Amino acid sequence: MNIRSQVSMVFHLDKCIGCHTCSIACKNVWTDRKGAEYMWWNNVETKPGTGFPTAWEDQDQYGGGFVQSGEGLVQLRSNGRYRGMANIFHNPRLPQLDDYYEPWTYRYEDLFTAKAGDDQPIARAVSLVTGKPIEIEAGPNWDDDLSGSPIYAANDPNLEALTPAQRAQMFEMERLVFFYLPRICNHCSNPACVASCPSGALYKRGEDGVVVLNQDRCRGWRMCVSSCPYKKTYFNWSTGKSEKCVLCYPRLESGQAPACFHSCVGRIRYLGVVLYDADKIVEVAAKKDEELVQAQRDMILDPKDPEIIRLALEAGVPWSVIESAQKSPVYKFVKEWGLALPLHVEYRTLPMLFYVPPLLPILGNGDGNLYETTNDELFGTLDRNRLPVEYLARMFSGGNVGLIRYALKKMIAVRYHRRQITVGDVEGDKLTQILAEADLTAEEAEAIYRLTSLPNFEDRFVIPPMHREEAIMALTDPLEFKGAAGFGFITPPERQL
Amino acid sequence: MTSVLLFGALPYLAIGLMLVVSIQRYRRDGFTVTSLSSEFLESKWLFWGSVPLHLGIITVFFGHLIGFLVPRSVMAWNAVPLRLLILETTGLMAGILTLVGLVVLIARRASDARLRAVTSPVDIGVYVILLFQVITGLWIALGLRWGSAWYTHVLVPYLRSLFILQPDVRVMDDMPLVVRLHVIGAFLLFATFSATRLVHMLVAPIPYLWRRVQIVVWNRKRPGLVSGARS
Repeated sequence: MNIRSQVSMVFHLDKCIGCHTCSIACKNVWTDRKGAEYMWWNNVETKPGTGFPTAWEDQDQYGGGFVQSGEGLVQLRSNGRYRGMANIFHNPRLPQLDDYYEPWTYRYEDLFTAKAGDDQPIARAVSLVTGKPIEIEAGPNWDDDLSGSPIYAANDPNLEALTPAQRAQMFEMERLVFFYLPRICNHCSNPACVASCPSGALYKRGEDGVVVLNQDRCRGWRMCVSSCPYKKTYFNWSTGKSEKCVLCYPRLESGQAPACFHSCVGRIRYLGVVLYDADKIVEVAAKKDEELVQAQRDMILDPKDPEIIRLALEAGVPWSVIESAQKSPVYKFVKEWGLALPLHVEYRTLPMLFYVPPLLPILGNGDGNLYETTNDELFGTLDRNRLPVEYLARMFSGGNVGLIRYALKKMIAVRYHRRQITVGDVEGDKLTQILAEADLTAEEAEAIYRLTSLPNFEDRFVIPPMHREEAIMALTDPLEFKGAAGFGFITPPERQL
Repeated sequence: MTSVLLFGALPYLAIGLMLVVSIQRYRRDGFTVTSLSSEFLESKWLFWGSVPLHLGIITVFFGHLIGFLVPRSVMAWNAVPLRLLILETTGLMAGILTLVGLVVLIARRASDARLRAVTSPVDIGVYVILLFQVITGLWIALGLRWGSAWYTHVLVPYLRSLFILQPDVRVMDDMPLVVRLHVIGAFLLFATFSATRLVHMLVAPIPYLWRRVQIVVWNRKRPGLVSGARS
């Protein structure tokens, strides 16, 4: 057993209101630079929809992630060791700027310098790449809220999991449904970007599992961009280097939550340490699609088990981190309650960001065109919901419908539990029956309710002490970068020569 | 006197600049050592430019290098006319591939506004010098037949004289102008190499072929475990 600690995350989709505050917080901190304007390390998508970059989930086009390659083995879907080297002069899978969008600004000074005339002066849009006027044809949230649209929502690759009837139902005007999907780098335990980097510039930090990219070692071979199935490594067209979400590790190291977590208005984000067995990574990644989620959950270890604690200490995990793991909200959502699921686990990168699937559209379903919220048949609504369970299964459980139903049932049961407390109209043993069927106790239901609805800052973000002070002192002279430009750069990180 | 400067002094200056500046740039400014790929902005034409250029230029480079390193083996190979013909044709094809790739890349860069935005004066200089080298090289291949044969007899001794620090520049005086231009162009290429995007060839990711798949970096020593993942 090779125990590692990982700073892991949960996004509660039931609570996401799609306000994009997270995206803006991230943009202001990290990607407000030349060559990075088009990057959204954090973005929020409308589902069903094509997302950012367009149709990123279509791996036939982009070739991201891993595929099974025999018993207990995985290999990169495209651009592995040999094909990657053969494609190094031209990577046929590389997304283009137009798959994202051409970044632009407006010529605001024209508003002040225009000659007096009959027409209102306008500020034309100019490309941030060429500086020339452009027609804006796409943007980072171009399909925001456009559920049911024939060019965006209808091209969602996840709709393949549905029957034609289910699809038609999702696009009926009266039954349109959508939810928001905030995305950052998943900081996978089997990262495809790391595996595909010819220079070895990408790596996973051992102590906290954050996947980062060494800007001094990146040579712009671009394989990480196509190999990341989530399209969360971006190519900076100005510096000729790739960049990605760093989970705000400078903030984490000083005990602060990452900018997108900290700024989340809906408080949908949770962050905490999990311990997992790194020896199992390949074995787990090679499982069948439907078994992947359970296998990944089994890989995550119980931080209260004395035997695990002993092994973790032996593996060099500090006691303070184990203590932090015991309080981790992520462990509760993922392991104890089975509510949170990884996004597109079938890409086999073992993402360490988990999503609680959205429940809201289900309860609001009903017969005919009437908006119906009665729940006489307990979980019956699950089968008649507007957002088919198969759609969620395609996104969050490798097609395993059972896991989605399990999570949604629990969330419904928690609502019954709270309704009984606040309204008191759930009849007699109905509540007991519901809780039993949802595999819940009243205490658990209450705990889920509290962590979902009433968590304070410390409940949501249990940030482990990173002990960077010791690590830095042990390895390098703290004065090494004295007088430098910061972050290890001696000259400004700009395109040169 | 001119030829002493051009063929006796310039090569040392060029190699010296290339070594010192490349190492210094790698150590001080690792961030600037990159291929500066423009595929993200334009991919379709890059395929028809970049692939022929690289395949051609790598073949040409190793052709020159092998002739320099093992001239006797090349002479022996060339003893049979058919084998000489095969070698010459391969070289010529590689040269033509390089030229085609280069022309496509230059046309591509000139015709796309996004690419012009990421083109520096240094890039234009690189194109000029490479184009000059490929054209003079092809001229030699076509106009001064069986270069693979006489290169080993005439130029390799000169290049070797440079390496043993006893430059023998007389042989260059007897060379046709185009050969002298090609050699001078090569030295200019070496001299400017480390100030251009060409440095990316020094960091060609060959170790990727055998390195472990996943990389895990530890800041602390882990008791009982080697640093790095085993997966």
